[in-house]
Amino acid sequence: MNPRAWLAVTLAIAAGLAAVALLRRRAAGRPAWRRFFRHPPAAIGIALLVSVTALALLAPLAAPYAPAAQLDIIGLQNQAPSLLHPMGTDLYSRDVWSRLVYGARISLAIGALAMAVAVTVGAVVGALAGYFRRSVDAVLMRLVDVGLAVPRMFILLMIVALWEGLSLPMLVLVIGLTGWFATSRLVRAEVLSLRERGFVESARALGASPARVIFRHVLPNAAAPIVISAALGIGNVILLESGLSFLGLGVAPPIPSWGNMIADGASELATAPWSTLFPGLAIGLVVMALNAVADALRDALDPSQETA
Amino acid sequence: MTDPLLRVRDLKTYFVTEHGTGTARAVDGVSFELQPGETLGLVGESGCGKTVTSLSILRLIPEPPGHILPGSFIEFEGRNLLALAPRDLRAIRGNRIAMIFQEPMTSLNPVFTIGDQVAEAAIVHQGLSRKDARARAVEMLALVGIPEPDQRADDYPHQLSGGMRQRVMIAMALICHPQVLIADEPTTALDVTIQAQILELLDRLQRELGMAILLITHDLGIVAGAADRVVVMYAGQVVESAPVKELFARPAHPYTEGLMESVPRLDAQRSRLHAIPGSVPAATAWPAGCRFHPRCPHAWDKCRTEEPPLPAAGPGRTARCWLVAEPARRKGGA
Amino acid sequence: MGAWLARRSLAALAIVLAVVTFTFLLIHLAPGSPFLPPPGRPVDPDALLRTRHTFGLDRPLPVQYVRYLAALLTGDFGPSYSRHETAAAALAGAIPNTLLLAGAALVIDFSLGLALGCWQAARARRAGDVIAGSVTLFIASLPTFWLALVLLLVFGERLRWFPVGGLSDPVTYAALPWIGKLGDRAWHLALPALTLGLVGAAGTARYQRAALLEVLGRDFVRTARAKGLRERRVLLVHALRNALLPFITLAGLAFPFLLTGAVLVETVFAWPGMGKLAADAIFSRDYPLVTASAVIGSAMVVTGSLLADVLYAVADPRTRVPAP
Repeated sequence: MNPRAWLAVTLAIAAGLAAVALLRRRAAGRPAWRRFFRHPPAAIGIALLVSVTALALLAPLAAPYAPAAQLDIIGLQNQAPSLLHPMGTDLYSRDVWSRLVYGARISLAIGALAMAVAVTVGAVVGALAGYFRRSVDAVLMRLVDVGLAVPRMFILLMIVALWEGLSLPMLVLVIGLTGWFATSRLVRAEVLSLRERGFVESARALGASPARVIFRHVLPNAAAPIVISAALGIGNVILLESGLSFLGLGVAPPIPSWGNMIADGASELATAPWSTLFPGLAIGLVVMALNAVADALRDALDPSQETA
Repeated sequence: MTDPLLRVRDLKTYFVTEHGTGTARAVDGVSFELQPGETLGLVGESGCGKTVTSLSILRLIPEPPGHILPGSFIEFEGRNLLALAPRDLRAIRGNRIAMIFQEPMTSLNPVFTIGDQVAEAAIVHQGLSRKDARARAVEMLALVGIPEPDQRADDYPHQLSGGMRQRVMIAMALICHPQVLIADEPTTALDVTIQAQILELLDRLQRELGMAILLITHDLGIVAGAADRVVVMYAGQVVESAPVKELFARPAHPYTEGLMESVPRLDAQRSRLHAIPGSVPAATAWPAGCRFHPRCPHAWDKCRTEEPPLPAAGPGRTARCWLVAEPARRKGGA
Repeated sequence: MGAWLARRSLAALAIVLAVVTFTFLLIHLAPGSPFLPPPGRPVDPDALLRTRHTFGLDRPLPVQYVRYLAALLTGDFGPSYSRHETAAAALAGAIPNTLLLAGAALVIDFSLGLALGCWQAARARRAGDVIAGSVTLFIASLPTFWLALVLLLVFGERLRWFPVGGLSDPVTYAALPWIGKLGDRAWHLALPALTLGLVGAAGTARYQRAALLEVLGRDFVRTARAKGLRERRVLLVHALRNALLPFITLAGLAFPFLLTGAVLVETVFAWPGMGKLAADAIFSRDYPLVTASAVIGSAMVVTGSLLADVLYAVADPRTRVPAP
């Protein structure tokens, strides 16, 4: 690894720690934040997520080699971790660390974007169902029931099979569109409870249009469950995408994704386990951080349901 | 005077607050005695520590946030309950000292029949077989006035009304004929008419079974009708104790006076309700000196700086107030 | 109760119908004609003719839809182009293997998860709970296929305690006595079931810990203690019986997880179940088989959640015996 890469790693770690310190300072003011930080895993989770994101953003700096560069086809195949290649090389003699860092870009981006799609669709559907009720609600919620009944992987497999050669943006869209159901239920529940408490009636009495009521009044209050389900959802998407990529159906090589890196490494499992081990650990740690943050958020934003 | 059945001495139960930022001294040095066969009323507003006191007797305080300080002493049948091994404590709970709670719906397990729940204590403490225990449970249900007890025993709590559930709780508590019944606000969650029925029931059972009752309530009306002696609590301390008739005839502590004044009366020529000014202070920061002084109409300098002890204020009476020693300081005449 | 069951079953059927309709629409929205063989693949002309006829491939859309439904009802999912049999037959052969795997994984998942969740709740916030909590958090966050590879590497490759894949030993299985056959099967089942079971157990433990802690905070637990019951009885009889209700709900959600996991784990261990079938079908562009897998998979999930709902209603006296 060259000095630039070390610099990038240091910067990333520093960013993570700084983010936590900053949030901690703001936490002193609000009880919800204080509850959040009562969980040590939550702080570690945030630091980790910010660091990994920073590393992904700094990829060109952090990766000493280009991700697709096959360095020395014969000589550098399946090298164990060393000073030059801290995570070894894979069967195509590519530097695993560099691929990991670029793979972070792909996996995190797909996770965040797909979840953004899912949360948007889910929030809108849930708000509409809760606001208009009756037939609109009935139809939409039956749709949600169907969506939740289908095992997500099978439908994704079907779609990927039927539309061969799915581009990356389309993949993101499809993953997002298969994952909004839980969010819509949460938002709908929030809308209904806000109705009970008279927010909706008051706003309408003041002449607000449905759109305004939904966007200005309802959604901000529903923000808490949305954020929590978003945090969990990103983790699920990362796992799903890595599974698809592992099967060869998601991100296509040579673009590195943590999932297809594991696939590449699987054939060399016995002789060069590191090319499988590191991407898997990366996925595990990121998803774990997301879960920890979601848990702490759940406790912070709704203390009546203390789960930790 | 016979030996007291239950003797509480200097009970202190503190709680660590959520952020570790302070200690709530919920019960801060409470002492009283319960004689066999009597009904002792423990009265006070919410936040005064009466419920925590009752839970402390059977050590039902959740240990992480709460703890009973060493130095506290609760004597029952010659033993200190606070020093008992868990096994011995369990032998007393539900068996020699029983407790009923405020909310009968949530205090009963929703997935077991009421017959099973009532019989359970008999099986555990008296080694009865399931059949015998059930027979005894049905007897108890009849005793507390539940119609068709044999059928009702197979019902689930959600199938009964509030008054019925409270009767079931009473049956459950009394199945082993305990010597002491601790009743924590047993009627607060019920309708007024049902309240009267339950109090009557408790009175009848006390006579039939010969037990002592520690009745915790915020309602002076209940105390007036049901209790033999009364202990008034405020801010984690006992502020007055007296036989019931004397308490109502001549309250010695300004807080007790204030409580009685606050009870609306049909025959009063008043247009506004009387309320004790101010509010109960937080348990993390009791006022210095006499804890009632910020709200007391008679307070003077001594009250603000020195905490009064609990001296006798007449035969069988005590009152934690400097007025006992200096009655002339009472403003506006006695 | 009977009326409720009838309504719930009807709703389940409606959902399956909706899924079937959805897959039908997908098939027809996709480019190309999925019920026809992919170009360049040799095909049996009789099978082709039969398919055209059964699914009415040259008729207008509504007719195709009706034909499609009718075919599904008779169990005809079309031919499997990559295997020389019908899609239904291929699935029929694969489903029992997946059920076996899922069943074994469920046993591991629930027994381990429930026990651990209860153990943690009894020691809430003490050292054991905190450590167990971190471990379960980590394992529940792992990709199942990666854990499969790790277990394969350690226990299959390095330690050689378990075989590296397949349903049974290809060479010796046929010659074994029935008990040997059972043992061989179990031996091959171990790693795949353990993979799914461990990740599932981690999630179950986390969930059950929270559920039990919530129940332990309720009033009737205090009543049970006030009756002088031992703490173990309070926990395992009074509290757990109530915490099992949310557990049943969780169990209902296990099916989607297991089926999704099956696709990946079966591929890693070459376990011939539905998941591997679906994955292979995609690579062979065998669309009828992929579609069939999706439909059957959904039907299984719907059935699973229906069963969970029924179990919940039976277990909760509040629904079983309604209030007067």
